[in-house]
Amino acid sequence: MDFIDYYKSLGLAKTASSEEIKKAYRKLARKYHPDVNPDDKESERKFKEINEANEVLSNLDHRAKYDRYGKDWKNGEEYERQQRQRRSTQGQGGRSQGSSGQGFADGNFSEYFESMFGGGGSGFRQGGRSVKYKGQDLNAELHLNLKDVYEDFPQVLDVGGNKIRVTIGAGIANEQTIKISGKGNLGANGGPNGDLYIKIQLKNDTSFHRMGNNLHKNIELDLYTAILGGDLLTDTFDSKVKLKIAPETQNDTKVKLKGKGFPIYKKKGEFGDLILTYSIKLPKNLTENEKELFKELKALR
Amino acid sequence: MEDQKLVLVQTLCTHYELEASFFESLEEIGLIILVRENEEVYVPEAEVTDLEKVLRLQKELDINLEGIDVIFNLLGKVESLQTELTLAKQRLDYLNRGI
Repeated sequence: MDFIDYYKSLGLAKTASSEEIKKAYRKLARKYHPDVNPDDKESERKFKEINEANEVLSNLDHRAKYDRYGKDWKNGEEYERQQRQRRSTQGQGGRSQGSSGQGFADGNFSEYFESMFGGGGSGFRQGGRSVKYKGQDLNAELHLNLKDVYEDFPQVLDVGGNKIRVTIGAGIANEQTIKISGKGNLGANGGPNGDLYIKIQLKNDTSFHRMGNNLHKNIELDLYTAILGGDLLTDTFDSKVKLKIAPETQNDTKVKLKGKGFPIYKKKGEFGDLILTYSIKLPKNLTENEKELFKELKALR
Repeated sequence: MEDQKLVLVQTLCTHYELEASFFESLEEIGLIILVRENEEVYVPEAEVTDLEKVLRLQKELDINLEGIDVIFNLLGKVESLQTELTLAKQRLDYLNRGI
């Protein structure tokens, strides 16, 4: 567990006045507030950091304790013990230090903070957060292979011990988020439950590149088939197709196979296209005989 | 939309300690949709998430309702740009393949 420099978190000098602390905190809160930085883990971390700094520095007792013992928090425990003794001799040591009761999610404060000032239940504001009516939304990530979502993909998710059945629709995009209503945390006082947001992360280990609903693939053609034409059997995403190669096919020629691409999300039976690009492979390690024949061809041109 | 769940504005007022007139201001600015039935005013349950976001921005960042409206519009724009960026990245990955 490391020492946290709360002054640095707020960009302040140790001599900062209460007014300066308040100002610095508000400015940074506007920058890193989670509601204006959706889906941004770094901002979320910064927001927690500045909230914690503010909890400590805006409270005179906490600030005094931190200034005195912050760098060597073990002495802070010593201080705490003395305080406790004093309190009990004065007969007012009844303040609960339990970790429940404030209703905010675990992990809002750092280990360092908890060791200096105790966990929740010690009377901190929750950053001024209003009491929730609707339950908290939950966010989850689901890692799938591209192949999985070529068809509808039923999945049972374990969210906080609850089994939730979902079907990921065929053709879902990478990093798309789906919302499952009412599967977040329970609401308060009869309020609606929060929602569950699942972000889909797709891994593509196929030879196809996906761009929107279209699939792209490179096809290597040998020089002779490209020049003379011929047939070629190639893979589509879920089967094979026989291609007719026209004589004198040029390098980088693109061929579009309509409807052989990826399924279109939420449009059953509709597909994007498969776009093939021919790359002509020139022969290597020619024999003397072949070289002679190429020279002959060259002379004819 | 017909069977959308509704929450009485009165219930929300009690819970958040708000005046009913606050909801009218939200409606006027276009931050919320109110449904009126049998002389009662309701908020669709799906709007509660946004309502709580409005309350947090107002309380925690001191932003007024007009400012929040601007933020919501900009966030919408950011979201569509992000989708566009993801597509552009896919295209770039494809063009850079094998490099």
